[in-house]
Amino acid sequence: MRRTVGALLRKELLVELRTLESVPGMSLFAVTTFVVFHFALQRSSVDGDLAAGILWVTLLFAAILGINRLFVADADQGGFDGFLLAPVERTALLVAKALALLAYLVALEIVAVPAFALLLLGPSLGQAMPQLLGVLALGDLGIAAIGTLVAALAVRTRARDLLGPLLALPLLVPIVIGGARATSPLLTLGHAGDPPTRWLLTLGLYDLVFGLIAYALFDFLLED
Amino acid sequence: MAAVQVEGLSRHYGEREALDGVSLSLQEGQTLVVFGPNGAGKTTLLRVLATLLRPHAGEVRVLGARLPGEAWAVRGRIGLLGHEPLLYRELTARENLRFHARLHDVAAGRVEELLARVRLEHRADEPLRSLSRGMVQRVAVARAVLHAPELLLLDEPRSNLDPAAVELVDPLIGSASGRTRVICSHDPGGGLAEADVVLGLRDGRPALLRAAGELRAEEIVELYR
Amino acid sequence: MYGKGLRALSISTVAVMALALALVFFYAPLEAEQGFLQKIFYVHVPLAIVALCGFVAGGLFAIQHLRTRDPRWDMRSYVAIHMSLIFGVATLITGSIWAKGSWGHWWVWDEPTLVSFLIVFLLYATYQPLRFAIEDPERQARYASVFAVTAGAFVPLNFIAVRASTAYVHPRVLGATSNLPSQMALTFLVSLLGIALLFTTLCKYELTAKHTRAQLRALRRLADRRAGTAVAVAPARARSAAPSVHATAMTAHTPERPGI
Repeated sequence: MRRTVGALLRKELLVELRTLESVPGMSLFAVTTFVVFHFALQRSSVDGDLAAGILWVTLLFAAILGINRLFVADADQGGFDGFLLAPVERTALLVAKALALLAYLVALEIVAVPAFALLLLGPSLGQAMPQLLGVLALGDLGIAAIGTLVAALAVRTRARDLLGPLLALPLLVPIVIGGARATSPLLTLGHAGDPPTRWLLTLGLYDLVFGLIAYALFDFLLED
Repeated sequence: MAAVQVEGLSRHYGEREALDGVSLSLQEGQTLVVFGPNGAGKTTLLRVLATLLRPHAGEVRVLGARLPGEAWAVRGRIGLLGHEPLLYRELTARENLRFHARLHDVAAGRVEELLARVRLEHRADEPLRSLSRGMVQRVAVARAVLHAPELLLLDEPRSNLDPAAVELVDPLIGSASGRTRVICSHDPGGGLAEADVVLGLRDGRPALLRAAGELRAEEIVELYR
Repeated sequence: MYGKGLRALSISTVAVMALALALVFFYAPLEAEQGFLQKIFYVHVPLAIVALCGFVAGGLFAIQHLRTRDPRWDMRSYVAIHMSLIFGVATLITGSIWAKGSWGHWWVWDEPTLVSFLIVFLLYATYQPLRFAIEDPERQARYASVFAVTAGAFVPLNFIAVRASTAYVHPRVLGATSNLPSQMALTFLVSLLGIALLFTTLCKYELTAKHTRAQLRALRRLADRRAGTAVAVAPARARSAAPSVHATAMTAHTPERPGI
């Protein structure tokens, strides 16, 4: 299993490096969105609840871009068959793709979070950074699990670009709720406090439940 | 024990029968050629044998394993060459083959060996999208035999290949390979020549199933009317 | 097979709903704060509960479908979800009316049931477009089942998350059931039973209708074959979001009929 995941992940990252289809698009989208928010809200700096909300919504929509593209190369270039013919565990594809999506999300955040701090955020991030990274990590895991499942579901349908987001957005609402609520004390002027444990637990529970569900259901999407 | 044993195989697509009551038996080392107009079910049959599609009714045994339950036992021993090359256009021939080698737990040396056999070593590091169709097909052949499969499933394997290339791949997938083969073909003359057994399909149903020696090319052409 | 008990079910549904209506209008006391409008509660909350259960049931049927590959489970899953969606719309509408009457706004974010319902509704509204977007009926059923299981697990999680996030100023209804005076509690329970029966009856009607249509098609095809006017390919049917059960699965379970 590990060997298969390794081979798949390697191929995945190699293709991404060659085509640069996902990560640059996602990052650019996030930065542009911050600019749009500046004009839409007519504010030069945000903090607290508003800041948390803007950050998470932007990350969410940028993630959707990545989710949309996740299986496209495989579906269009017969990659599924090539994998299905191999004597390997099929769930390895889920794990590899989810790890790839996770990698893209991390790359996205490496660009987006500093951009956010620079363009829109009022209070400085300094102290809160480790905690922010923790919350982001929890959120990313959930997005990766559900995103991969939804991507696999949507890619072999007719309206794949439309169905992906339509399916993913409601499913990811709890992540937005948990993420935003957990992040807002970190982005408040004067560093108001720590992320409430309740929300960290919610995020963790979501990650666990949907991670398991994705693992259990994925094989059914691949066979014919 | 037959290499491929099929009895009453049926597979429906909604209310349409893609395959209806197909039976055949193929011994090790033999070649089965399947003829039939488009939509007759040739590709479906091939994909069922490749373990990519489940049979909806009937019994299918490939290399001793019963499908779909024991498919995992034979997957590594079957090679499929379909219409799609099953390769990533943005990656090079070498990268594609190395990827498949890792999936099938095959040594990297084998990749080099096959690249040499299909005479593509000098272009192995260019992305596939910059290679001609014929060259991509050669890489696809390499992919199909990378793991030295016992059973070869070939869907019109000579399409996209010029005569020189055909000669090149013959020891890999042709009668010279000595493998058990199931080939879908549209060429009555050529197909008949390399077949041991011939199956004719029409609308998913077996229209004829005979040893190649007892058949004339004209009878095969009848199928297409 | 499916038609069994339909009449008994319909009669009991009508009876219980009539009883519930009577209780709501004549038996249950007028609530002090909200007056007559409060009676919507007897419709809104049971609708919500039944719809939620319907969604989860859809998920459970889907699990069975994935395990057994029997298309009948997919049919049940589809009908349960589709009916719950309708009941869900009714929930949102009655909830909106209640909100407008009680708090002056057509929509309030304070009521977590309403909010999480909206999200669940938005999710399940993609169920039919998803089915419609897949042509191969077998794959359509399988993908729909994967969706139904995921969404079914999502319903409780979402509810928890939204509930935890809502700052509720107004007393929430679902928790308050235990504090209801006995007259209201009785009315509520009868109402709940009535709506649950309505859901079940409507589902059964739909399942029976689909089953009958499928059998009719199968018989027609059989007759065509016997008469020699065999059609190799079934006449083109419009792509549909609804599952149709393949004939062989059905005929394997129908009792032998003489003369066929």
